[in-house]
Amino acid sequence: MSKVTKGARTSLIWLAAILVALYALLAVGVLTGKTSWTPGLALDLAGGRQIILTPVLDEGATQEIDESDLDQAVSVIRQRVDASGVAEAEIATQGNNIVVSLPGNPSQSTVDLVAQAAQLQFRPVLLVGDPSPTTTDETVTEPGASPTPSPSASPSASASAAATPEPTPSASEVAHVVGEADAEPSASPSPVLLDAGVPEATATPEPAASDVPAETPEDNSSFAWLTPQVMADYEALDCLAPENYGGRSMGDPDAGYVACSSSDLAKLAMGPVEITGDDLETASSGPEMSQTGSFTGGYEVRLQFNSEGAAKFSEVTSRLVDLEEPRSQFAIVLDGVVISHPVVQSRITNGEASISGSFTQEQAEQLANQLKFGALPLSLEVQSNQQISSTLGEDQLEKGLIAGAIGLILVALYSLVQYRALGFVTIASLLIAGGLTFAIISLLSWGLGYRLSLAGIAGLIVAIGITADSFIVYFERIRDELREGRSLKSAVDHAWKRARRTILISDAVSLLAAVTLYVLAVGGVRGFAFTLGLTTVIDVVVVMLFTHPVMVLLARTRFFGEGHKWSGLDPRQLGREAIYKGRGRVRTGAPARSGAATGGDDGLTLAERKAAQRRAAAGAPSATDVSAVNEAAEPEGADAVDAPANETKGGA
Amino acid sequence: MMAGNLGTWGNKLHSGEKTYPIVAQRRRWFTISGVLMAISVALLLFKGLTLGIDFTGGTQYVVPDVANPDAAPAEEAVAEIDPGQEPRISVLGEDDIRVQLGVLDQDDQIALTSALAEAYDVPEDTISFDQIGPTWGASVGQAALQGLVIFLLLVFGVIALYFRAWRMAAAAIVALLHDLLFTAGIYALSGFEVTPATVIGFLTILGYSLYDTVVVFDKVRENTANLQSQHRYTYAELANLAINQTLVRSINTSVVALLPVASILFIGSFVLGAGTLKDIALALFVGMAVGTFSSVFVATPLEVTLRGSEKAIQEHTAKVLALRESGEADVVTRQDGSVRVGALQPGGHLGVGAQPKRKGRG
Repeated sequence: MSKVTKGARTSLIWLAAILVALYALLAVGVLTGKTSWTPGLALDLAGGRQIILTPVLDEGATQEIDESDLDQAVSVIRQRVDASGVAEAEIATQGNNIVVSLPGNPSQSTVDLVAQAAQLQFRPVLLVGDPSPTTTDETVTEPGASPTPSPSASPSASASAAATPEPTPSASEVAHVVGEADAEPSASPSPVLLDAGVPEATATPEPAASDVPAETPEDNSSFAWLTPQVMADYEALDCLAPENYGGRSMGDPDAGYVACSSSDLAKLAMGPVEITGDDLETASSGPEMSQTGSFTGGYEVRLQFNSEGAAKFSEVTSRLVDLEEPRSQFAIVLDGVVISHPVVQSRITNGEASISGSFTQEQAEQLANQLKFGALPLSLEVQSNQQISSTLGEDQLEKGLIAGAIGLILVALYSLVQYRALGFVTIASLLIAGGLTFAIISLLSWGLGYRLSLAGIAGLIVAIGITADSFIVYFERIRDELREGRSLKSAVDHAWKRARRTILISDAVSLLAAVTLYVLAVGGVRGFAFTLGLTTVIDVVVVMLFTHPVMVLLARTRFFGEGHKWSGLDPRQLGREAIYKGRGRVRTGAPARSGAATGGDDGLTLAERKAAQRRAAAGAPSATDVSAVNEAAEPEGADAVDAPANETKGGA
Repeated sequence: MMAGNLGTWGNKLHSGEKTYPIVAQRRRWFTISGVLMAISVALLLFKGLTLGIDFTGGTQYVVPDVANPDAAPAEEAVAEIDPGQEPRISVLGEDDIRVQLGVLDQDDQIALTSALAEAYDVPEDTISFDQIGPTWGASVGQAALQGLVIFLLLVFGVIALYFRAWRMAAAAIVALLHDLLFTAGIYALSGFEVTPATVIGFLTILGYSLYDTVVVFDKVRENTANLQSQHRYTYAELANLAINQTLVRSINTSVVALLPVASILFIGSFVLGAGTLKDIALALFVGMAVGTFSSVFVATPLEVTLRGSEKAIQEHTAKVLALRESGEADVVTRQDGSVRVGALQPGGHLGVGAQPKRKGRG
């Protein structure tokens, strides 16, 4: 017996430890200023703008939107929002939708920014420079210095350092494009220039026109594209500032453009758009293979152009392959950020290229996903645009909490009426469950950025009742065991074994519902499903570590163990007039066999009937005489008793 | 006193002293449920649900804390900006104005926000609005339906595994669909607006209705665990006993679950007006009440009917009835000849004083 008590104490200690640990962790977070005691609130309570977008492919598109495309769309939107300076924005996917939550009342331009479609552009690189804004002197001389025709230097990647005044932060990041099926040796320093040729030195854009090229550029790699306007942009661009990595204008496709490279933070000036995402079929990544077909150990990104793109790409590569660094590079620009600027190593005519460099597997995958996303003819459709004012949110939160408090009080009162002193166990269990839920939600809000929504609060309130249900299942079970004549100690034991099973399977079904809802549903359903699932788990923890151990300990107290009238476990009220206390002792409380509790004229065992017959024969008063009380004591469902009870036979 | 009465009633139900022949009268309950289902389907088909703007697409504004909750300024504001609109204007709670209209373009939406702020003399940033595209509702509905189907399949699997009887799982699922259909029928009948929050409520009914059913089924399983080793009672009788024995539990769990829902419903309807809280609570309130009914009157009787076709149970029932005919069965009969089905009441130990005295030699 003491072993059982010990087990109960251990459970309670565990529970206390869990509670203390959770709150200690939360306290650490609060004291270090990383979080607050209360959980973060979702938009519908805190106020703000929620925009739900669905990516839609243009009609006639052959591709499909998969998860990685959604993730890319999210990261593109996140970059834009972060760059626009809106703090604490949340962007997440839900099913096929993207949910953007912006606090406060954002301006229309921020909202438009979010829904803008992302574009992928291939532009020839003209200049590569240091990330920080350059002084006028340095950069103006730079274009003059680098375009010096030196075809011999162009094909080698190592020459890139010489071509730019300062090396890119990590030269190895500059990848190489290799034609997979192209027979032309990639690194051949062919002195014979193709027609795409080298720009003339005179094309160097010394101050002339503002944003129109001084003279018609010969091709897209011409320095004539570096108009004073572009040069001014180039000088001003600060590639160390995060706002330049999202939400930038894609620029005029037929003019020069400057942007930052997200892979190596380099600053690039580029010519007009050569190829757009529409011309790219798809992209993938994988281990790099050498020309003999063996793995090199590195990773590469493979590009697949459609026929139109292949023709364009062939033209671009044949021109770039013979140019010097950095003009032998082309830049891939996604949403205003250069995601890669590889050096062309050969002419690629079949529309299948690969970018290799010192990629890790992850980097290669990321680039491939970005390219694949850029290749999608995708637009973002605004499904819902919701602005909630903070006054309305506060109001809802306040009233929601009042509703919860009323619900809790009602449940407490009902438990006290139904279960008397046991009701306090219910109330204590609910308070513990509440304490655990609050701590966990606050911690999740800190750690995972969980935000409590109105639907989530509704879930919590509903959970009060559902959590209390498992205590009722347990208590009713204990009463059943008492009715069968067990002592409280063994009734608690037996009832627990039975009730535990019922509680676990019921909670498993509830959890299943919550998880299914969470995974599949959209919008507010998720917040609700989350709290419902969380409270289901907490319910199991509380029943296991609190309610049952407390019952085990209470069963050993005089008040409960002896079945005090107000304990809610009075065997006399449960139809047992005596409790077997072991060792041949019984505790009788009521006069034996009071008719109201047990016997009735309609329920006699074979032995009782025979005894009654014997007594009747002997002229003794029948034991069934008391049964009249029975009829009067039945308050409810009298009509159902009238129904022919022998219908129970029709089972099969 | 209520507790005393419910407790005593529970005692009688437990011992079988009092029995409601729910399983025996299952035809009656099936008929009632069937008629209600038919009415629900008819209502859904012919009257249909009243869908909120989340499903139909449109724009909604909420102007909180207005000094004078009157629809006229909003009507004027809407007429000025987009005369083609037919706004539905209602007062939520005490002093919030809600304006619902069709799809607006971006410029009109911004203009109307300012116009409403001016009309009601509130700061512009206290106004909430919600613009919903016409296809959004379809995708919400589709996601919910998809969730429902997957959930039903998973639950069927879990229950079938746990009870090791697929017929039990089938009965539970039918009871669940019954609850959903009935709740939807009530929505169609009353014209309550269906919003995404209502859908949340509907989906939660799934979990709750099953919780209740599983509690009853667990008792059925317990009562019938040793079915074949006894020949006093039939399967149907023992299942009916399980319903009766869990009746008090079902009532208590339902009341306790409904109390918080009722308090949200009350606050949501009378203090806040329409909104997420009210919509969830209303669907839950109806669904939980129906769920309790179905776990007692639909799920178990249906389960008995389904399992009645199992050969082992048929044979067992025949044997029990044959024994009773012959009068050899060790059962308690009531005065009207019906068999009392109940938990056996073991005799209590009456103490050493009740032990037979040793005679002789002493």
